[in-house]
Amino acid sequence: MADVTFTVDGKKLTAPAGTLLIDACRKAGIEIPAFCYYPGLSLQAACRMCVVRQEKVPKLQTACTTQVAEGQVFITESPEIAEARKGTIELLLGNHPLDCPVCDAGGECELQDMTFKYGAGESLYAEAKQHREEQQWSPAVFYDRPRCILCYRCTRMCGEGMDVWALGVQSRGVRSVITPNGGDRLDCEQCGMCIDVCPVGALTSGSYRYKTRPWEMKHVSTVCTHCADGCRVTLGVRQIDGDAVIIRSDNRDKGGINGDFLCAKGRFGFDFVESRERLSTPMVRNAAGKLEPATWAQALAAAASKLKEIRETRGGASIGVIGSNRTTNEENYLLQKFARTVLHTNNIDHARSTDYAAFARALAGHKDKTASLRDIAAAPAILLVGGNPTEEHPLLAWILRTNVRLNKARLYIANSQSIKLERQAKAVQGLPPNGYKDLTSILDRNDSDFAKAVMAEESLVVIFGSDFRGQGVEDLVAWGLKRGPNPDSVRFAIVGDHSNSRGAADMGLFPDLLPGYVPVTEPGAFAEYPGLPAAPGKTLPEMFAAAGKGDLGALLVVGANPVGKQGMDAAALKNTFVVVQDLFLTETAALADAVFPAASLYEKAGTVTSTYGDLQLVKKAADRAGVKPDFEILVRLAEEMGADVKALVPFGKGGVSADLGQSRGAQAGEADRHAVWLAAQGLEPRLSPLDPLAVLDEIERLVPGYTLDRINLLSGNDVRTELGAAQGRSASSSDGAGLIVPAHDSLFTSATLGRYSFALKDLERHQTQAVTESAAD
Amino acid sequence: MPRLVSHPDEVKIVTRRFGQGAANIDRYLELGGYQSAKKCLEQGPDWIINEMKASNLRGRGGAGFATGMKWSFVPKQSPKPKYVLVNGDESEPGTCKDHLIFLHDPHSVIEGTIIAGLAIGSKLGFIYLRGEYRYLLEIVEKAVADAYARGFLGKNIFGSETEFQIITQSGAGAYEVGEESALMESLEGKRGVPRIKPPFPAVVGLYGGPTIINNAETIATVPHVIAMGAESYAAVGTPRNGGTRLFGISGHVERPGVYELPMGYNLKKMIYDVAGGVRGGRKLKAVVPGGSSTPVLLPEEIENLGMDFDQVGKAGSMLGSGGVVVIDDQTCIVEFALRTISFYQHESCGWCIPCREGTDWLKKTFTRFHAGFGTASDIDNIQHIAQNILGRTFCPLGDAAAMPTLGFIKKFRKEFEDHLNGKPCPYARHEELAAV
Repeated sequence: MADVTFTVDGKKLTAPAGTLLIDACRKAGIEIPAFCYYPGLSLQAACRMCVVRQEKVPKLQTACTTQVAEGQVFITESPEIAEARKGTIELLLGNHPLDCPVCDAGGECELQDMTFKYGAGESLYAEAKQHREEQQWSPAVFYDRPRCILCYRCTRMCGEGMDVWALGVQSRGVRSVITPNGGDRLDCEQCGMCIDVCPVGALTSGSYRYKTRPWEMKHVSTVCTHCADGCRVTLGVRQIDGDAVIIRSDNRDKGGINGDFLCAKGRFGFDFVESRERLSTPMVRNAAGKLEPATWAQALAAAASKLKEIRETRGGASIGVIGSNRTTNEENYLLQKFARTVLHTNNIDHARSTDYAAFARALAGHKDKTASLRDIAAAPAILLVGGNPTEEHPLLAWILRTNVRLNKARLYIANSQSIKLERQAKAVQGLPPNGYKDLTSILDRNDSDFAKAVMAEESLVVIFGSDFRGQGVEDLVAWGLKRGPNPDSVRFAIVGDHSNSRGAADMGLFPDLLPGYVPVTEPGAFAEYPGLPAAPGKTLPEMFAAAGKGDLGALLVVGANPVGKQGMDAAALKNTFVVVQDLFLTETAALADAVFPAASLYEKAGTVTSTYGDLQLVKKAADRAGVKPDFEILVRLAEEMGADVKALVPFGKGGVSADLGQSRGAQAGEADRHAVWLAAQGLEPRLSPLDPLAVLDEIERLVPGYTLDRINLLSGNDVRTELGAAQGRSASSSDGAGLIVPAHDSLFTSATLGRYSFALKDLERHQTQAVTESAAD
Repeated sequence: MPRLVSHPDEVKIVTRRFGQGAANIDRYLELGGYQSAKKCLEQGPDWIINEMKASNLRGRGGAGFATGMKWSFVPKQSPKPKYVLVNGDESEPGTCKDHLIFLHDPHSVIEGTIIAGLAIGSKLGFIYLRGEYRYLLEIVEKAVADAYARGFLGKNIFGSETEFQIITQSGAGAYEVGEESALMESLEGKRGVPRIKPPFPAVVGLYGGPTIINNAETIATVPHVIAMGAESYAAVGTPRNGGTRLFGISGHVERPGVYELPMGYNLKKMIYDVAGGVRGGRKLKAVVPGGSSTPVLLPEEIENLGMDFDQVGKAGSMLGSGGVVVIDDQTCIVEFALRTISFYQHESCGWCIPCREGTDWLKKTFTRFHAGFGTASDIDNIQHIAQNILGRTFCPLGDAAAMPTLGFIKKFRKEFEDHLNGKPCPYARHEELAAV
């Protein structure tokens, strides 16, 4: 649309013709109040707060429905307009309970803000207010009708945004109520988006209600620890008994890739950190074979001496290391460096949920072919192959739905099962189970409507997950690359399962691949690693097989549960010295000889990479006595083993020694900004070996594809990493297709973590009941 | 069947076939029925629209928009189907004209719908009856079935290559659905709340297709306009107000009923002559000229008032739906205002804040006020609330509640003041109000 010029409050503004006045004004910094207007949702014009005066028009006009045209003149603030808005608030407050002192929304309530701005402090009415009892619709959602101003944001967010349509309006006039369409209970995805968009305290969260006031919390913007989509969450943290405790998780900071979105896991699943089963002290197996609490010093000494002894007597090749899908990039990088340079072993692996290695292999030498989530959000055409994002990757599903709804993107789905996103699809191709390998030939034949439509697309984003492995990934990528030289003619996204699965793969938790998918046999820049073993090591099952034969002297497991989740044989570890760093006494940790209580992702700083390659800063929100970040545990273990800590973590310039663990700033991720100043003063920037950003410096220096936009990252934005950056491919890289075990988490499960979230289990129970009851009807 | 009234001053055009069994298709044909539709089929859309423009027929629903003009807004070419929608959601208190049309002459509505369809190139019309008219639905459905049986509706109407179908639908009991866009929502099976305009129905209407929505009386008038010729029809009324109007005269008159009178007919004459004067020889206190949403008029304001859209507008009220409510001097205006606002409070759809909350507080305040517990500030508060509704609501129904309220206070402030200070209502009918 051509740009038009119009006047608002005497200022000349320019916007494309047809832009809504409210949007044009907000963009120009002119605030127009509104309750019902919500960007991205259908227009209501119901609240009448956005009224403005348009020249030559007799009545006040609603800015949310006025489309700008050339030469129009508007006034957005005047005594007449203020009077109209005050009149509306006056009417709203008539039936509003004014229980602000106890209302969850008090302090972050749009009605409160508007009342402060426009007045209406005194009521004109003598009669009783309408009252209705509060209702609980699910463990997550409560509804307080008297507080509700009927802006219909919740019904639209649920319907248009989530495509769930669980909320509606019942009765009419002043008796209207928002109501679950299923009756008195919510049968939905329990995403809690309705609570987030509620401008007042009508919809409240089961996990947060009446717990605290917003101003009593510190709000920390970090990354969700549950799935691999990389939603930003805002954690509300409060000091309780000396600990910083997470009280609330929501989407107050809408600046992340997820925009408005957050799912049930991100919103309610944070309570695992407070689980009573959480480990808070190290444990060491005593002479009687029982795990008993120990001090950090005792446990570190026990683990370090044994690891050192095994390395020296049986060689590094008899030690195995299993890394985590949820720890930070810095921790994963450090872990593999620790394994390779301190333990001298390439026996390092992690629970692989999708075949990132094959993807990297397929894209080797091709730049700019991966799609970030922002690319997907703006893509005109998307081919989604396999998986069920609605259940397993809620943010991806949201992004796809929103792109179809608002940008008229064309979504093509090829799947062996029927998935909900078909409702947004332009065309669907059914495939037999295990029939994914035939997809490219179906497309190439170009004789079905589906194939014709896909082939006719000028640019395409291809999204796939663990349905493609090994050669399958390479074939699919090769098919896509044929589409043309323009980067936008095809981009790919691979979907994995956990919050840093991509980071674990990118950071080289592989027996045959170094960080950035560099083969250990051709280490390139990694040749600087002192004592890097030349031969590829053992995969996760191979380590257990070796252990079973008595060939694995020690196993270090960081944030993983191979016994509980990968079905590894517990008995195999009988003669292996096992060290585990974890939050809980998992099936694997229960077998360990030394256990270290680890901090969760919400209790540390660093970075994580989403499955789409978007890297984001993790900030420390909660603080819990007794636990330490895996980063610190590894550094202390290395130090205890007598390793050169400075070689492991490049902190400090020569000759400067720093104490371990004094650097609070390092923990909070604040050190880096300070570092700019320090560097300018010629002072030492990285003073502590516990500063994850010291390792991030090295990652940037050594890992192909991790050239980061630092300023953007530190500002809280997501930055790109590149996966096809490593040149050439190694004949030695093993085919990991058989090692992929997808998690198939649902909306309410989150691998091992989900087991410790009371809120998620409660929601799952509620939904299961809802399904059973409706089946019985 | 309600008793029909008549008066020598009536000009029977739309009511021509009333009381003659015209609901029967044979009788309707005997009385000249379906000739207009046949003629229109021969003449084509441009001719029809020109005739409608020339007839000066204005919408009978209340807003008085020129019918020919409305039809001409529909784009000739449309990728989506076009629709004709007959608004039979007659719910404005004081209005009961469409009811008689459906009862006595349902085929005139069907014939008018066909003509409207021919005019805009539509193949499908809907006749929407208010929920409370469900008992009329049988009559209308029978008439539609008969018209199908005779080939007046269907794939080839009147043996031509032209298709036109009609579907009847009953509402669920909501005044709001009388608003055209809310009616479309209701017809589509959704909550009866209005839509944002623009786009207007002529461009994006029912199921997103171009749609014309006309009041049932307007549609029933169409065949008569075609039959008698636009010029002759226009000659009956006043300038810019063609033809006749069905005035429903109710309230305190000797002979209440629906009378078809030429547009511009004198209101005083209508009350005293046509309707036989105020009941029991009492004095006239006030008149609501066009249904309960129109501001009240005083006896001195109706002396020379011709009942057409323009003259009533000039007098500070509206011709509205033609429902004339006559109020005698034994009526408490506060009670009348309370009864009126109770209706709007009950019927507010709740979509927008001013109407939803405002009508409720008005009702509450009026109830207390009339019961003798009013305070001096209440009168100003009532005015203040009504002002907060007026012009601020999503659809015109907020105005429909605010305008009469403001009118009552403006013209009868003294009577409101008489209710103050614990004084009982001078008309002493408190007990009955408990039921309101």
